[in-house]
Amino acid sequence: MSTVTSGPPGHASFNAEVEPLQRVNAPRSFWGGFGATVREVVQYRELLGQLVRKELKVKYKDSVLGFLWTLIRPLLQLLVYSLAIGVFLGSSKTIHSFGIYLFTGLLAWTLFTDIIGGCTGSIVGNAGLVKKVYFPRELFPLSVVGAAIVNFGLQFIVLLGAFAVTGQWPALSQLALVPLALLVLVVFGTALGLVLAAANVYLRDVQYLVEVGLLLWFWLTPIVYDWTKVKQNLAIERGWAAAYQTYLANPMTNVVLAFQRALWEAGKGTPFYYGGNLAGRLAVLLVVCLVLLWLAQRVFARAQGNFAQEL
Amino acid sequence: MTTQLARPVTTRASDPTVRVENVSKRFNIHKDKSLKERLVNLRRSRTHAEQFWALRDISFELESGHTLGLIGRNGSGKSTLLKVIGGILTPNQGYVERRGRLAALLELGAGFHGDLTGRENVYLNASILGLSRRQTDQYFDRIVDFSGIEEFIDTQVKFYSSGMYVRLAFAVAIHVDPEILLVDEVLAVGDEPFQRKCMERIKQFQRDGRTIVFVTHGLDQIRELCDRVILLEHGKMVLDGTPVDALRAFRDRYSSEPVAEEQHGTRVVEVISTRVTDGAGRPKDRFDPGEALAIEIEVTAHRPTDDWVAGVAILNHLDLLVYGTNTKILGVDLGRLDGRRLVRFAIPELPLVEGQYFLTVAVHPGSGPEYHRLDRTVGFKVYSASGEAGVVHLDPTVELDEAR
Repeated sequence: MSTVTSGPPGHASFNAEVEPLQRVNAPRSFWGGFGATVREVVQYRELLGQLVRKELKVKYKDSVLGFLWTLIRPLLQLLVYSLAIGVFLGSSKTIHSFGIYLFTGLLAWTLFTDIIGGCTGSIVGNAGLVKKVYFPRELFPLSVVGAAIVNFGLQFIVLLGAFAVTGQWPALSQLALVPLALLVLVVFGTALGLVLAAANVYLRDVQYLVEVGLLLWFWLTPIVYDWTKVKQNLAIERGWAAAYQTYLANPMTNVVLAFQRALWEAGKGTPFYYGGNLAGRLAVLLVVCLVLLWLAQRVFARAQGNFAQEL
Repeated sequence: MTTQLARPVTTRASDPTVRVENVSKRFNIHKDKSLKERLVNLRRSRTHAEQFWALRDISFELESGHTLGLIGRNGSGKSTLLKVIGGILTPNQGYVERRGRLAALLELGAGFHGDLTGRENVYLNASILGLSRRQTDQYFDRIVDFSGIEEFIDTQVKFYSSGMYVRLAFAVAIHVDPEILLVDEVLAVGDEPFQRKCMERIKQFQRDGRTIVFVTHGLDQIRELCDRVILLEHGKMVLDGTPVDALRAFRDRYSSEPVAEEQHGTRVVEVISTRVTDGAGRPKDRFDPGEALAIEIEVTAHRPTDDWVAGVAILNHLDLLVYGTNTKILGVDLGRLDGRRLVRFAIPELPLVEGQYFLTVAVHPGSGPEYHRLDRTVGFKVYSASGEAGVVHLDPTVELDEAR
């Protein structure tokens, strides 16, 4: 029989002094609990890495094309929308390089749906673990976010390929918008994902609502059409300025517009190129989303005490 | 075998490692999980939201290096208490304090994913249980060695047999090297050699001075491993004491309940009653080891017969046959049976250790189908002053001599 002959390095200090008694699941104040959880998640970063790896490995296991599906899915979407909206509805005649225009939007949107959809089922899907082992429950939604970001990176390579083929490399001047928009997207998606993950434990309808909600949201974001049509129909023809501003306040609209401005070189100078102060808008959104993330984590923390018995 | 102390635990023995203070946990029983169900049951749900206390005012302190067993019947709150200590459930009242790293063997392989290979699962599960990647690298060979499934380590675990699955999971869990180990009913896994290996490992943990809390239905394990036992009933602490006291209390409460009686046979000859007496004819159901005991079986024949044999078997709480005999084996010819008779098996000295025992009695012909048999028809208890282990009471003496 094998025996442990040396202790793990992390425990050398245990001999030196008696650790104090620590309260299990000590109540945390509503205001201060966020920091404590963040520290805990950082402590568990290695496990988070393992969970992300698991998400990625398991997703397309046993499928013939395997990881290629990560790339095929958005490409098929691209094909469908190019055909239906670009050719049949004629958008490609007015919007230059319609393929790249579509793909930049789809790229951001795929990341968003991966995060939201994945997070919603993350606690329920890992019920076995939630009921048996303790570690910060936030790790489940966070591992989904991590895996979604990796997939996003791979899909981005397809876009780079498209740049290489068409020769329309984006100008450096606007490129800084991409990380900023990405940050807004991830923070916003994580905040929403945390709340939905917790809500789904108590009410399984949430996952179906999310499916429908995401579909609606997709069409409320200028991905396959352009924002000028919304402005034309809402603000100018009907005079609904408030409705138009609400439409523009959608974080995903801003993220997609930023992606298009930064990565869709052919749009420069055309009316479809959104001219507003995107950097400023994104900065404000980032602050708002960070507050949302804090709030979402607090809601999640309140709910998570009963996860094990609700599942 | 190089048995070296993994890490001498230097906490003073009197310091509590786990402190449970006034812990109560309430469960709501409602099964409405969808919006429709909630809406339909909206009016009723307020009144019908059944609540029950899975734990009520549990308080105790567990000193470092001790092994605590939690016993009780199904639904008594043992596993809930273990989960509260482990931090998986948050109590409604009270709190739990503990020190040092904790590992919970609550369900083996809870973190396993069928689509991953054994190797990938070892790394994933180890990190779930709190090992770093470097530590897992370090222990990996030993983990695989312990599990004994080297050839299949790169196979997806969904193709594993349930035994292989559990062995790999257990191998990971025991290499986590915790200060506090929580064990829930997991020692009964794998084949017998593997079980022995697991048991040995748990004892190694004890020798290292680690604190163990464990839940089991196996009373023998309690007697073998624990130095303290808490008996729970309906979420309340009924007893907190030595294994001997607790097991005795447990048996007094539950084991002497009416035994499910099964009867078989052609009923040519029938057993009317079975009694346990002290050998002088007085009914008795509690004995000391070494006391005299007699089993009296009253039989009646529905038609006179010469061909009959009476038999008796003593079984312990695990249904293990402790002793069995019949009049044929004993070489006693019972003669002609016409009407009622009383057969008495007298045992001058009862060589049994403490425990609950049951009797199965039967009458049958020399060969052929039984006339009548009653399984576990009556019970008796043996109380022993010494805390001996095993099945047989041997009462040895000890001498110390010069070595030869």
